[in-house]
Amino acid sequence: MTAPLPHAFFRWCFARQRDALLVLVRLIIGAYPVRYGKPPEGAANLPDTTFRRQKIYFSNHASHLDTLAILAALPREARSKTRPIAARDYWDKSGLRRYGAQRLLNAALIDRLHESEGDPLDPVREALREGSSIIIFPEGTRGSEWLPQTFKSGLFRLASEFPDIPLTPIYLENLQRIMPKGAFLPVPLICKVHFGPDQTIRPAEDKTAFLERMRAAVADLAPWQTPPKAAEAAA
Amino acid sequence: MKALFWEVMAGVIAFLTLATLIGEVLRLRSGGRNPTIVNLNQRIHAWWIMIIVMTIALGLGNSVTFFVFALLSYLALREFVTLTPSAASDYSALIIAFYIAIPTQYLLLAIDWYGLYSIFVPVYLFFILSLVSALTQDTDHFLDRNAKINWALMVCVYGLSHAPALLILEIPGYEGGNRLLLLYFLIVVQISDVLQYVVGKLFGRHKIAPRLSPAKTVEGFIGGGLLAALCGAALYPATPFDFIEALGLSLVIVIAGFVGGLVLSAVKRSLGAKDWGTLIAGHGGVLDRVDSICFAAPVFFHLVRYWYTP
Repeated sequence: MTAPLPHAFFRWCFARQRDALLVLVRLIIGAYPVRYGKPPEGAANLPDTTFRRQKIYFSNHASHLDTLAILAALPREARSKTRPIAARDYWDKSGLRRYGAQRLLNAALIDRLHESEGDPLDPVREALREGSSIIIFPEGTRGSEWLPQTFKSGLFRLASEFPDIPLTPIYLENLQRIMPKGAFLPVPLICKVHFGPDQTIRPAEDKTAFLERMRAAVADLAPWQTPPKAAEAAA
Repeated sequence: MKALFWEVMAGVIAFLTLATLIGEVLRLRSGGRNPTIVNLNQRIHAWWIMIIVMTIALGLGNSVTFFVFALLSYLALREFVTLTPSAASDYSALIIAFYIAIPTQYLLLAIDWYGLYSIFVPVYLFFILSLVSALTQDTDHFLDRNAKINWALMVCVYGLSHAPALLILEIPGYEGGNRLLLLYFLIVVQISDVLQYVVGKLFGRHKIAPRLSPAKTVEGFIGGGLLAALCGAALYPATPFDFIEALGLSLVIVIAGFVGGLVLSAVKRSLGAKDWGTLIAGHGGVLDRVDSICFAAPVFFHLVRYWYTP
């Protein structure tokens, strides 16, 4: 399935290129991490101990910048252990996309169009088994709404198969304004990356109830529960 | 002029060292739990960084200074627009504001084209952005949305860029001293903010505009403002002015800076925020720090240009 691992030197080069790219991301959209709850006075925003554990990060999805925003918000040592999940039909199309997704970000590509044999989630399972954290967007496609839409069932299957890995909800603020659909250049606005408290699947929890609970866990992190007027008018 | 520049810089650093020592003493005496003192120390710490950046920029010459101010304009505009609700149809206008307006304004400064940089934002960008917005045919809140973008540019790009514009004024008898004039302006604006804050905290009783900014008091404004103007007057050997002129111009800087802080507080409140951002620990965002510069710079620049250049 996955290509053979490149030499350690090349992996080091890719990681530095990734970090340079993420510096650019921070310069343009900030991507400031905000942790659920207030940090103690004077403490930095992110006591990164919680990021050392393997996690399933799941987030609302507004643009192609989303993965980069989350990676930029993670502490550097957590980045190398985190693999974004990306759609093969988009990210395997050209050399540049392949280079970015596979080399720099070490993404696991899933076949959401079912073009090949096997379960599309297999590459994700493989990533989790090898000990990586993953980033998934359970809405499946990019939305232009402020709050996330209904989640697809993949998250439920992963949570049932890997009940020991905590699920961390993330809300990405402002990304639909930064990259409206069809936009080429991002508008430089500040995107805060809100990390919520870890979730786990409950014993015998029903799929619909679980997915709705996870969606609510993301939506709860949104600083505005109703969008500002101008955005509402535009929607 | 060069020696004088570094002497003033040394004075600033001595002042900040004193503030750091006082902050440390207060911290030790309060046991580190008093939030006002924690905030004071965060502010002093941030001042070190701001002054180091400014010293390096001014030390390396005009181009680097323009670049640093362009970056400040960029960060300030980013904070402003983030808090301003914009619609999807504002996309093109915002792209022009960020990627074209800022570099062009500072390039015009760098090539010293006074005739264009002094009108580029209010004449040409006003025209282009209005046109671009009209072409999107989104009439919903049309005037509001346009006004917000133009206003943001006037403050964050036009206003702020007039501080480094002091570098290219040609003042007879003051050749080679422009760096010092910019440093002088920044010192008066910022010391005025600091002294108004300190005097207000110590003696403030009557709030000037409690609905806009609870920290601004009559005592702070008058006491801190007068002290700042006196500092500005005392620094007259660094300027092309005599003592009385320096006092008058410092008063203008103090008042214009105060207006900037007040007006941007009103904008901030109307957008439902307390701070513009979180980039500078203890201060808030970049715009919280440069708000007074944005308003004072164009006024100071044009007064100096009118009276001191041929």
